[in-house]
Amino acid sequence: MTAPLLTIESLRFTWPGDAEPIVSGLNLEIAPGQRVFLAGASGSGKSTLLALIGGLVAPSSGTIRFAGQDLAALSRTARDRFRADHLGVIFQQFNLLPWLDGVANARLGCQFSPARRERAGEIEESARELLAAMGLASDCWTRRADALSVGQQQRVAAARALIGQPGLVLADEPTSALDADRRDAFVELLFAQAERAGSAILFVSHDRALADRFDLKLELADINQANAAAGGAL
Amino acid sequence: MTLVTLARGSLGNRRAAVALTVATIAISIALLVLVEQMRSQVREGFYRSVSGTDLIVGAPTSSVQLLLFSVFGLGNPTSNVGWARYREIADRPVVDWSIPLSLGDSHQGFRVIGTTAAMFEHYRYAGGRSLEFRHGGPFDGLFDVVVGARAADRLGYAIGDRVVLAHGGGNVSLQHHDELPFVVSGVLAPTGTPVDQSLYIRLDAHHAIHVGWEQGTPRPGATLSPEQAQARAGHGGHDHARPEHPDRGEHGDDARGAAESEARVATPARDDNEQRRAQASLQPEQISSFLLGLKTRAAALGLRYEINQRREAPLLAILPGIALQELWRITGLAEQILRVVAGLVVLAGLLGMLTALLTTLNERRREMAILRACGARPWQISALLLLEAAFIMLSGIAAGLLLAAAAQFVLAPWLLARFGIAVSLTWPEAWQWLVLSGIALAGVLVALVPAAMVYRRTLSDGMQVRQ
Repeated sequence: MTAPLLTIESLRFTWPGDAEPIVSGLNLEIAPGQRVFLAGASGSGKSTLLALIGGLVAPSSGTIRFAGQDLAALSRTARDRFRADHLGVIFQQFNLLPWLDGVANARLGCQFSPARRERAGEIEESARELLAAMGLASDCWTRRADALSVGQQQRVAAARALIGQPGLVLADEPTSALDADRRDAFVELLFAQAERAGSAILFVSHDRALADRFDLKLELADINQANAAAGGAL
Repeated sequence: MTLVTLARGSLGNRRAAVALTVATIAISIALLVLVEQMRSQVREGFYRSVSGTDLIVGAPTSSVQLLLFSVFGLGNPTSNVGWARYREIADRPVVDWSIPLSLGDSHQGFRVIGTTAAMFEHYRYAGGRSLEFRHGGPFDGLFDVVVGARAADRLGYAIGDRVVLAHGGGNVSLQHHDELPFVVSGVLAPTGTPVDQSLYIRLDAHHAIHVGWEQGTPRPGATLSPEQAQARAGHGGHDHARPEHPDRGEHGDDARGAAESEARVATPARDDNEQRRAQASLQPEQISSFLLGLKTRAAALGLRYEINQRREAPLLAILPGIALQELWRITGLAEQILRVVAGLVVLAGLLGMLTALLTTLNERRREMAILRACGARPWQISALLLLEAAFIMLSGIAAGLLLAAAAQFVLAPWLLARFGIAVSLTWPEAWQWLVLSGIALAGVLVALVPAAMVYRRTLSDGMQVRQ
């Protein structure tokens, strides 16, 4: 077995001002290129977990190791740099800066990381390629993001997450705004492009119908020992 | 794509609100710049008119008043200077030239000034420039009039036109000196000084139109007909032997020179005597004030002291520059108030921008979460706000400068008409650029407030917007 991409051990986190931790005693391991489905209801700490992995917040205790690097040991600035270099993020909705066109939004994934720009090579070219690979018609590329349909926006968001070949893509309910057909198509395209980029996927969703396509299925309730009801995060 | 591109895009997305904010800043900057520009331009404009004059001498009054009525046509002299006294001072060896001025008349709102040809020869403005004629030349005959550039343009006067002059300085004069028609002999080139707004006639002509007006209204039968005036002046106007007396104007006694030339051609002795008597009666006994040019500028202080010291028949001599300084001290308070007001308006503009930025913060939380997810550091997101503020400030200042320039453009004709001051579009001076930079900096500092709020929020928010 290869060395894990992401190792989380005994993770615990409490939002400032909350009495109870939203994440507690959580262990998780993701191998390079692995596709992981994490099911969980709203308020179960999904978004908090993603923020912790993204280095946006520091764990109260426990370790998060990415490619051997302990995130807790990094400064806040270094965590931002780490996120820019190694992670792609897709939200449920409103992923894009509405006043930028599709290509510019896709390029945004490289904006804050010289390393990713390096990997992307010709950024403009790379962005167009990814948009095309995500099945987006070329007339959408130069349209303002708020002129695109929700499905198109999610594809642009996927392109942004994958540009510059990040090690891991965090997808937070990326399909919940899509209907079933487009949802399946989106996941297929995402998988194909993640494989090409060599990126692992942590796919968080309450839509368990998708779970079978993944290498690993997890229930957040099983791995998070915190009382979900106490959660303050969305 | 850089932070600057992002900031520009974000601003472009809120075009209307940003435009309004920029407009607010622009108006405040325009006001500030305009107050300063006008102040310095008006000062320069005033100085321009007196820069070639060493001393102004008149009857005792305040030096500001003497300056204003003598050069700028603002106000009227309260008392006069005796002719003999004027000659006594003008003939002193330190005096290079003198220009006597008889004021108090107007023609269709333009001042009519009685003077001598010395005016056209010796008057200097704007650092040593002398008056030039656009058409024609100095007055020659008794009823010749030289018209300033703007007065000529406004009244549509050209060489040879007949002009009727009125007594009294007002715009509307009920009593006209209809009897004495003047003829335009020359039109001056524009100077950007009150000269442009004036009509110049011979001192004795000025006197002639007032004969019989000693009581303030014409005494029936006492006023002169044109023929009588010509006779008293002693010559036919255009035929006197001007070239033989090239220095005549310098001494301000046009009439005497003319009389001499007349004397040589006049055959009957009786006529000659009569004309001499008539001549004497047109010789002005008083003038309003006079301008002096000295052989050396250094002599001005001494001469001024000497004139001002005299106890009997006291006169006031002023250095124009010093009198202007006094005038600026008087107007200084108003200028300070204008400055403070302009400063407060700038402050209001900055607060307007702060409000505009703060109101966008909530709608931008999503934007910031996206940027954070892409790896933007908190300072980079704060920097976006500062960049936007900088952009708003710079656009506002640029637009404000344009607005100020436009306002100057609009105000210039009014200033020229009202005060004879030529205002030209100029760049702000170095220190004003410094002030503008300071304001731009202040704008960015003000934006530190929302920037700091954003910074704190990006730290407390996760990847998503927390409700």
